[in-house]
Amino acid sequence: MEILKNIAMVEWVYYFFAALAISGALGTILSKKPMHSVIALIITFFSLSGIYVLLNAQFLAVVNIIVYAGAIMVLFLFVIMFLNLRQESNELSNTSMVVASTVSGLLLALMLVAVFRKAYIDPISPALFSSETGMIERLGNLLYTHYMLPFELVSVLFLVAISGAILIGKREKGGRHF
Amino acid sequence: MESVLLIKGIIILVIFALSLGIAAYETYFERVIAAYIQDRVGPDRAGPHGILQPLADAGKLFFKEDFVPVMADKWLFIIGPGIAMFTALMSSAVIPFGDTLKIGDLLVPIQGMDVNIGILWVFGVVAMGVYGMLIGGWASNNKYSLYGAIRAASQAISYEIALGLCLLAVILVTGSLSLREIATQQHGINWNVFYQPVGFILFFVCALAECNRTPFDLPETEAELVVGYMTEFGSMKMGLYMFAEYVNMFISSAIMASLYFGAYNYPGMDFVREFLISKLGDTTGHNLATLLGTAVFFLKIFMFIFTFMWIRWTLPRFKYEQLMKLGWQWMVPLAMVNLVVMAVATLSGKPLLVAWLGMGGFLLVYFTGRSMYEKRFN
Repeated sequence: MEILKNIAMVEWVYYFFAALAISGALGTILSKKPMHSVIALIITFFSLSGIYVLLNAQFLAVVNIIVYAGAIMVLFLFVIMFLNLRQESNELSNTSMVVASTVSGLLLALMLVAVFRKAYIDPISPALFSSETGMIERLGNLLYTHYMLPFELVSVLFLVAISGAILIGKREKGGRHF
Repeated sequence: MESVLLIKGIIILVIFALSLGIAAYETYFERVIAAYIQDRVGPDRAGPHGILQPLADAGKLFFKEDFVPVMADKWLFIIGPGIAMFTALMSSAVIPFGDTLKIGDLLVPIQGMDVNIGILWVFGVVAMGVYGMLIGGWASNNKYSLYGAIRAASQAISYEIALGLCLLAVILVTGSLSLREIATQQHGINWNVFYQPVGFILFFVCALAECNRTPFDLPETEAELVVGYMTEFGSMKMGLYMFAEYVNMFISSAIMASLYFGAYNYPGMDFVREFLISKLGDTTGHNLATLLGTAVFFLKIFMFIFTFMWIRWTLPRFKYEQLMKLGWQWMVPLAMVNLVVMAVATLSGKPLLVAWLGMGGFLLVYFTGRSMYEKRFN
């Protein structure tokens, strides 16, 4: 009980978002209808954004919502609605699938534990910590000076992806017109 | 500290109540304006000039049977309208409704919250707005609802791109994402609309499309899809969807007014402020000037809302492929040109001149080139 009393308000909010994120993630893999999975995943993205806001990374939080929850998940929903996947998926009755996923899950857990045991986390000194680290001005300065080359390369990658999408979406001669 | 929180709380409550109240009376004025345009009488039974009509409507909607279709996904069916309303109300948090209020020796801005990502918050919430329609339409397990929902989603995604590009041009000129900063930089009559009229028109069309208003109300075409995504909804669930549309209209008008029409700024505001301060003293004068600015802001908002309604009762709706063609082949390229022109104009040091020359030059070259091309090859 003493421990519970000592938790600050911010930490309560953090635990709330963390629990929401984990339950959303569990809902994604456990729910039987694809539509419910997608909605659970959206809840996870939202709680992650909440955690970003707690870290004072407002830009990251809102971009996470715009890109993942706002664009990508809408497309997911869109495709699921078009295909109208109403029948329940039965991956859990497929034995080899269950074995494979258990093994890969355990491997991942092992790896994470190994990495975290070896990892050295910088102790944070409150005196040197700047609360503006996550603000958009800082982020922009860093992206356009120190990380200029990777940033530009990523934009080239996006351009390639856009061209690819247009090429795939283009009607071929003699193709169906509708 | 306590008093700041209290005042902030009161301001947030007032903004919340205002959004709902204005949305309610939008339904009344929609009918009055429709009646005027179509030369009818309009609502005139409930109260003088039918002024109590929204209350009567709400009462009716609340007391109707709350019905869930047998094959519907029950929880999503219930959540759908809630999400629509929730997202519609969230974006009003960052709109700067006025300058600061002076209370004691504190300056409290009339705004829900002044975050440094302001306009991106609005954009994120707008992006979330699709879910209400998508989930509601899918959960009703009805073909027409599903088609309506799919149309709503594809339309919202398509027009979000042009919307985002127009926003980028405004951010570029201001150099800040905060809506308050954008508002302050349009002091007096230095409004953004004079620098980027094309950007404003594009933004306005996108706002019409994002609010599902005519001529972009494809998700609820009554001739083809009954009423689209809300076909299966009745009583207050339908009411919430309709209400969300009207709240969205109010919010998007407020955003257009603050991005392009200078929010609470009006020509001669400095003179009025000086005059009020000299007559009524420091605190009262300042507060009165601020409230006057807020009144001007609401005047701009009502003007936009009226334009929305005017368009609805004047123009017929697009066909679906016309909608897509307009969105992708006209709006997106034009918004990109607008962005480039504004970038050059901002760098050149003479923004007004270069912006007009650049945009005018582009349109001139494009249309003459196009007409010459068509003359020669057709």
